[in-house]
Amino acid sequence: MAETVSKRVAAPVFELKGRMATLTVVRLLTTDVSAFAGQLAEKIGEAPRLLRGAPMLLDLEALSSADIDLGAITAVMRDLGAVPVAVRGGGVDAERAAEAGLGLLTADNEAPRREEAPACGATARVVESPVRSGQQIYARGSDLVVLGAVSPGAEVLADGHIHVYGALRGRALAGVQGEPRARIFCTALEAELVSVAGRYQVSDRIDEALRGQPAQVRLDGETLYIEPVCSYRTEYSLNG
Amino acid sequence: MSKIVVVTSGKGGVGKTTTAAAIAAGLAREGQRTVVVDFDVGLRNLDLVLGCERRVVYDFVNVIQGDARLHQALIKDKRVDGLAILPASQTRDKDALTDEGVAQILDALREEFDYVICDSPAGIERGAHLASYHADEAIVVANPEVSSVRDSDRVLGLLASRTRRAELNEEPVKEHLLLSRYDPVRVEKGEMLSVDDVQEILAVDLLGVIPESQAVLNASNAGMPVILDEDSDAGQAYADVVTRFLGGERPHRFLAVERKGIFGRMFGG
Ligand SMILES: Nc1ncnc2c1ncn2[C@@H]1O[C@H](COP(=O)(O)OP(=O)(O)OP(=O)(O)O)[C@@H](O)[C@H]1O
Ligand SMILES: [Mg+2]
Repeated sequence: MAETVSKRVAAPVFELKGRMATLTVVRLLTTDVSAFAGQLAEKIGEAPRLLRGAPMLLDLEALSSADIDLGAITAVMRDLGAVPVAVRGGGVDAERAAEAGLGLLTADNEAPRREEAPACGATARVVESPVRSGQQIYARGSDLVVLGAVSPGAEVLADGHIHVYGALRGRALAGVQGEPRARIFCTALEAELVSVAGRYQVSDRIDEALRGQPAQVRLDGETLYIEPVCSYRTEYSLNG
Repeated sequence: MSKIVVVTSGKGGVGKTTTAAAIAAGLAREGQRTVVVDFDVGLRNLDLVLGCERRVVYDFVNVIQGDARLHQALIKDKRVDGLAILPASQTRDKDALTDEGVAQILDALREEFDYVICDSPAGIERGAHLASYHADEAIVVANPEVSSVRDSDRVLGLLASRTRRAELNEEPVKEHLLLSRYDPVRVEKGEMLSVDDVQEILAVDLLGVIPESQAVLNASNAGMPVILDEDSDAGQAYADVVTRFLGGERPHRFLAVERKGIFGRMFGG
């Protein structure tokens, strides 16, 4: 019977893993395909190692008209060796995206807020107000220090470390450009999700004993460690 | 110096309209010229809570569309001197409010009133945005439950980023928290968040706590802002709120479970 057959062959042949990856965003400013082709060829010519084979997100939000030939744009990109993987904005729906062989990203809540306290030097961005549900703060190229709490439904990101002196109840993603040495430090760990360089852990999987406690999150090899701040690399680990 | 104050929440049904009516009446009673504006176009009910639903001729949308002048649409309260209401339209939807129209009307109201209280619709969409956009101060109403507190948190974030003050980089909107429908018995049983829990999460100034009270329903059925029911717990709690809002000091009340005497135990259950 089908059921037993499918059971016998049920040894997994793949695993699904959630990873946060960085994508090169191609923000289109025109619907003119040939103009785009010309300039893209030039850009890729300037930095072939960086751009050839690079996964790219096609961002249509800056376009005033939704009237764009997605198929032609992606064909141009592929011809030039780029790898368009997803599209967002421009009123494109999942169906149109799929026709062009792309995934669809929704743009909800993506725009980082800008009106926080300015970064103090290049080393860290300091946020003095609480980070509230629905807000997203990204410290590009630096560490992020949050003096208040990060609410459930809020998201803080940094290319470097993240320090949270209030309770960390939302999501915190350190090293979002791939820096594996980035860490997250907080005085009370109640996070929905923590991530370093794309490795993440959700709240469900965080040890109850650490809930509400001062903690740090760091990456060692491929393993994400969530541990008390004070430890001298004791054996305390959650999933290692 | 006239002020625009939005009463907002994110989550629906938490007590915004009840609060807007009570505070507006309380401010007027203190001698402040006050107008309360219903931004809940399509679901107007501020006029019901204030008992003037039978005197509505023109509304907010009529004024915006130029079908009536502001003065024709304003309704003077019969009980409290110095209190006026600008009703919402029941027949239109929120798209009938334009950015410029709202700005013009609020500017005109500022000229004549000390306080312009904006009763926001629920949600964070256009209607709520318009109600909050021009605010100088905000009273964020929350109930002591997780979803309401979460929504209030979201709204506080929007007040800090999407208002006129935020966009012009002016001094931020002054935020107040009003915790409503507070039931100390259920808090004690752990069925509701406590005042401390909520303050811990939201980290804003606590303007007041309004108890869950039958008086609110009675008052709204009678078409009267509950603050005028001076014997009721909710009425007194709102009176404290108004005093604090005007800079006075009042201890918070109605936070603890009332221990019942022998009568209470015999009859109250
Ligand atoms: N302190 C209170 N005790 C008991 N009932 C209350 C209290 N405050 C409000 N209510 C009741 O809760 C209901 C909703 O109140 P209200 O209309 O003021 O909320 P709202 O936030 O304006 O709702 P909406 O989001 O639909 O505009 C009403 O029936 C009201 O009588
Ligand atoms: Mg209402």
